[in-house]
Amino acid sequence: MFPCSLYISVMRKETPVQMRKFLGLFAVIMMLGSALAACGGAPAAPAAPAAATEAAPAAAATPDKVTLQLKWVAQAQFAGYFAALEQGYYKDENLDVTIQNGGPDIVPEQVVASGQAQFGIDWMASLLATRETGAPLVNIAQVYTRAGMRALSWKESNITSPADFKGKKVAVWFGGNEYNLLATLSKYSINKDSDLTLVQQPFDMNLLLNKEVDAAAAMTYNELYQVLSAGHTIDELNILDYNAEGTAMPEDGIFVSADWLNADAKNKDIAARFLRASFKGWAYCRDNVDACVDYVLKQDSGGVMTKEAQKWQMDEVNKLIWGDPIDPNTKIGYLTPELFTFAADTALSFGVIKQAASPDAYTHEIWDMATK
Amino acid sequence: MAEKPLPSLQTAATSPVPAAPSYVSAALRRALPVVGAVVALLILWEASKLAFGISDQRLPHLGAIVEAMLTRTQGGSGNILLVQTLLNAWATFRVALGGFLAGGLMGFALAAIFMGLPILERGLMPYVIGSQMVPILAIAPMVVVGFGRMGAPPWVAKVMVAAYLTFFPVTIGMLRGLRAPSPMSLDLMRSYAASPAQVFWRLRMPTSLPYLFTSLKVAASASVIGAIVAELPAGAREGIGVMILTSAQFYNSRPPALYIAILGAALVGVVFYGMVALAERLVVRDRAAEG
Repeated sequence: MFPCSLYISVMRKETPVQMRKFLGLFAVIMMLGSALAACGGAPAAPAAPAAATEAAPAAAATPDKVTLQLKWVAQAQFAGYFAALEQGYYKDENLDVTIQNGGPDIVPEQVVASGQAQFGIDWMASLLATRETGAPLVNIAQVYTRAGMRALSWKESNITSPADFKGKKVAVWFGGNEYNLLATLSKYSINKDSDLTLVQQPFDMNLLLNKEVDAAAAMTYNELYQVLSAGHTIDELNILDYNAEGTAMPEDGIFVSADWLNADAKNKDIAARFLRASFKGWAYCRDNVDACVDYVLKQDSGGVMTKEAQKWQMDEVNKLIWGDPIDPNTKIGYLTPELFTFAADTALSFGVIKQAASPDAYTHEIWDMATK
Repeated sequence: MAEKPLPSLQTAATSPVPAAPSYVSAALRRALPVVGAVVALLILWEASKLAFGISDQRLPHLGAIVEAMLTRTQGGSGNILLVQTLLNAWATFRVALGGFLAGGLMGFALAAIFMGLPILERGLMPYVIGSQMVPILAIAPMVVVGFGRMGAPPWVAKVMVAAYLTFFPVTIGMLRGLRAPSPMSLDLMRSYAASPAQVFWRLRMPTSLPYLFTSLKVAASASVIGAIVAELPAGAREGIGVMILTSAQFYNSRPPALYIAILGAALVGVVFYGMVALAERLVVRDRAAEG
């Protein structure tokens, strides 16, 4: 920066007026440019795994580099993967794992299908829809075997059963997250177009909080907490559990591209090692809630997440994986054929997919290898 | 770089000013409207809460916002939120600056080409204008996915989105400026037998400077918006866009955080604008004095 200004002052003495102006402009541009080069070049490195407690295995083979694409920004919803990273479980499996945040407009299926990540986390309906566009994606583990989605309503709206949705105004996340509700309405023979009013729900709970709707969708691990922390108690709410209705679509599962899986003989082994380490991470989070919350908060460079919210999320997420009450003997990640059939049928009947889903959409092979 | 004052500022601050009292009062007079507006806004904020009974959910108290600024992040182990906001603002600023430079150069080049080859202007201008009619929210994910597939590091896509918003005002303003010289001036240059290059560099460029800087000021805020928008589909870990996204998600449990993120966004825009205005002064100042 300094040499630039010296340069200007030297030029001042002997150059024609106009020339000097351009040198001035040029100097300013150069200053901005060099500032950028000096300060902007290095992208912030993601937090490196800290766990180096175990001595590195002597002369270990070079670790296999893989990338995991999350469905959303780092939060306790994905704590198990961060725990596996921080606890060195991936390293123990000789994996070098990069975890990529998700966000709005990030479709993990697209990222995995295009080869920018090997593993992705998303919900089953979305996976089936992407498969129909020709991407050979395969679910290799269903981490959340219970759904976290609920429909919340105020007690005064008196919705104690899905049948009571009739004539009510109900908010729901369209765009892939509405099928639990639609399947439930269909089960109770309620016409979604004429018997009630469905409203597009934004990503906050203000519609429900301001009582502009009778009921709204909520994830136990996020929106329910939002409502409660906005000054309400759980006694004020009726909570409809889709798991109990048998209309809950599978949520977070791990998928890969079959192309990648079959491209190299060792990729199945990599996938199995990834699952094993990830399951170990989730088991760690089951037993060490506070430590996992800290791992998640460490990822929050934005700095706006609170410990309370992530603690709540961790507790609720554990229930989706391990059951409520927590059962350590749960076969984590095992997708029962019945759950898949229900998801595939629901997706078909509500137009998520046009043709019946092929059972190739999931495999137990990797899960079997990982849990052997 | 922001913490090092620019050389010209340094001289202004260290050179003794004989008429100090009048200088100070002039500065005060200039600062008063700015400070006054802020104070009025703060009063209006709290007064409307009181008058209309707006809940803390919809509009938190100013005290709550300040308090949130001073809480430690990352569950108590990180910086205070204010510092973290500045770090995120810095991350966004870098991307915006990169986009501003790339977009500015692109806009400048397009304007120069259009100026020299009007047939290209007629052919391409509709597309240049059309490019700005597509919402950036729709473009950004495509740019990010596109560059991602090419294996480019994530910051490239973010810079390109910022540049995409930047080049347009520069093209338009610069082109206008390049055409601004009066026929008389052009005739004079012709009578000197000036080459086209000489006409461009000695007449058109200097005349276009005021137009250029007006465009650059518009472009400065546009590039900040581009940088923020591009953070979302890029899955960025830091930046004002990330702050806005997460604080919106957790809004109901912590309303002040979103307002802090928005303040951070405003800060980046204001600083950027100020830098362009300062550059304008440095470059165009002599011109005004010379008439």
